[in-house]
Amino acid sequence: MSFLGKLSWDALPYDPIVIGTLTVVAIGGAFLFALITKMKKWGWLWREWLTSVDHKRLGIMYIILAFVMLIRGFADAIMMRTQLALATNGSEGYLPPDHYDQIFTAHGVIMIIFVAMPFMTGLMNLIVPLQIGARDVAFPFLNNLSFWLAVSGALLVNISLGLGEFAKTGWVAYPPLSGLEFSPGVGVDYYIWALQISGLGTTLTGVNFLVTVLKMRTPGMKLMQMPIFTWTCTWANVLIVASFPILTAALAMLTLDRYLDFHFFTNDAGGNAMMYINLFWAWGHPEVYILVLPAFGIFSEVVSTFTGKRLFGYKSMVYASGAISILGFIVWLHHFFTMGSSASVNAFFGIMTMIIAIPTGVKLFNWLFTMYKGRIRMEVPMLWTIGFIIIFSIGGMTGVLLAVPGADYVLHNSLFLIAHFHNTIIGGAVFGYFAGFTFWFSKAMGFHLDPKWGRVSFWCWTIGFLMAFMPLYVLGFLGMTRRLNHTDNPDWNIWLYIAAAGAFVIAIGIAAQFIQLFVAFRDRNKNKDTTGDPWNGHTLEWSLASPPQFYNFAKLPHVEDIDAFTDMKEKGTAYQRHAKYEPIHMPSNTNAGPIMGALATAFGFAFVWHIWWLVAASFVGLIVAFIARSYASGKDYYVQPDEVARIENEHLDNVAKG
Amino acid sequence: MSQHDHDSHAHGTVGSYVVGFILSVILTVIPFWAVMTGSFDRATTVAILVVTAIVQIVVHLKYFLHLNFSKEGKLDTFSFLFTALVIVMVVGLSIWIIYASNAMMMY
Repeated sequence: MSFLGKLSWDALPYDPIVIGTLTVVAIGGAFLFALITKMKKWGWLWREWLTSVDHKRLGIMYIILAFVMLIRGFADAIMMRTQLALATNGSEGYLPPDHYDQIFTAHGVIMIIFVAMPFMTGLMNLIVPLQIGARDVAFPFLNNLSFWLAVSGALLVNISLGLGEFAKTGWVAYPPLSGLEFSPGVGVDYYIWALQISGLGTTLTGVNFLVTVLKMRTPGMKLMQMPIFTWTCTWANVLIVASFPILTAALAMLTLDRYLDFHFFTNDAGGNAMMYINLFWAWGHPEVYILVLPAFGIFSEVVSTFTGKRLFGYKSMVYASGAISILGFIVWLHHFFTMGSSASVNAFFGIMTMIIAIPTGVKLFNWLFTMYKGRIRMEVPMLWTIGFIIIFSIGGMTGVLLAVPGADYVLHNSLFLIAHFHNTIIGGAVFGYFAGFTFWFSKAMGFHLDPKWGRVSFWCWTIGFLMAFMPLYVLGFLGMTRRLNHTDNPDWNIWLYIAAAGAFVIAIGIAAQFIQLFVAFRDRNKNKDTTGDPWNGHTLEWSLASPPQFYNFAKLPHVEDIDAFTDMKEKGTAYQRHAKYEPIHMPSNTNAGPIMGALATAFGFAFVWHIWWLVAASFVGLIVAFIARSYASGKDYYVQPDEVARIENEHLDNVAKG
Repeated sequence: MSQHDHDSHAHGTVGSYVVGFILSVILTVIPFWAVMTGSFDRATTVAILVVTAIVQIVVHLKYFLHLNFSKEGKLDTFSFLFTALVIVMVVGLSIWIIYASNAMMMY
């Protein structure tokens, strides 16, 4: 075995599309590097952001990661749609199967694990501690480490573009296709280590935030007084803690099959590939609820804020989320009805799946009843919410249709399924994150987004979505299966053309979002959020400045109501000036997180290419770094009362000025 | 951090960790021995595996994770019950699924 394991010159790309992409990325990267160097911002970036343990900054960095990976994942999407629009009537299109298979795998992995998850985690980081009146999360360093593990996984996926290949198995990586016999290359190994490393980060995030909401709520806040977004995030974290270990175990077994000649999922020697499929979805189904529950929480906050009313049915919302979380654990077989278990098994899981529509329906009616007779302000977050209610309802209904095992046998792995899950994930989770993004942007950054471009983005996303995915329902009924590289059926062509056009409309929607950000940054001095409460908010995060004081709360607020801040404003106890402040105990920034993230990347990379000395070195490095961090001194400091008083008075003066 | 209030239940002593360790070793050796020597018939061996595994879980919970069911440990109790529920659902249903599909394959 050579010094660099399996790594050789053959790993470099030869596909002109890949080379072109890498060239663009290299030029962009060099430009960014030069810009930061010219502005002398490296030290600032490292000290203030990359090593930060502040949950608000980590939240912003998570969302930046999500947007960067969205570009990559969407580039994959538009390549697939254009390929399928060109490769009709038997022509081959421009993407050879070898490349195309990597693209649809990368698209799925990136969109779920490296776009949706970081976006969700970012919003949770940003808002949950503020909503419960905490000064940070329970384990601030761990939070930073989780972020860097997520980045590490994303890096491995991106490295696979330039060195070697990515998996050609679809994002689920079912064996025996993903086993060593049928996937001898490094693609599946990149997949395994990217998911394992980022999955570890996600598990730690779940633990971190569960402890935070259980132990660090501000005085007076009972569990049943937590804001609804915090509640839905909490249910998502319960699901993370319970389900991610299943993925870890399933991938660990696949790893043993691939690296040490085990036979968990192989065709021979007693292996059973069906067990992988079973375990993957025992994680995979809760995972989609992990994505969508926080989005439901965002819609609840948005609806109640922009109708100026208390949320209808707070308790039923909490219990419905709980019911979805529990039921989400007993429906996973509906992803593989056609595996051919017994009729009783299929009937059980079919019925459970249909039952899940009930708590989800409860939520929809709660939102509608909240809006009923409210004074609705049609701001951008509200647009996303109303768009969600319509689109998600369609997705939910096609889901109940697919839950009928007999119907699923016809539609399984057809484009009907593809249309269904994009319908729920885009229309549900992604629209929710965009609603949350526009809702809380000024809280995080201190200035407003541009509403005009926000509206353009919303309409392009909605129309583009309908154009891109409604045809796929039709194509599913016409018998087109997923993951086809080219087609030869004239009946399908027109629908494939409409879908491709839809993808370009979505592209305009994404561009509008970046323009909206650009305009907001350009005009940031004109659009300052001086009061910290631009929407007349209901919960504690709106009682703080925008961006919030780095210690969040100078004095921990006393909470007596679900809509704590509305309650304070009505009683006249909001914005109190205190004569005296106590010193505030804060965690210090640490470089242990980025260092361990870099070591984890090296560890995964070394495993992918069988560079055993680097595996050993980076693993030892990780352990040493963790122990060193455990015994390090200077992990905390105190903010002195006079500094707190100065910052607080500045905020209160701004509020008084309006 | 000064405001960290430590939970009322103890974090264990060296003695309790040693007891837990010895019990775990015993409970690991027994199933290994049963499988490797093959002294029992298949059904008995599987029964021994399952029983020692469950006792092992209880030992870990008590000696290493310091789970207690007192009034102060209400959260522990809830998290334990939830974990048990998930395990029963995921493991139980998985066994049902795979057995049923194996039956269809006439294994």
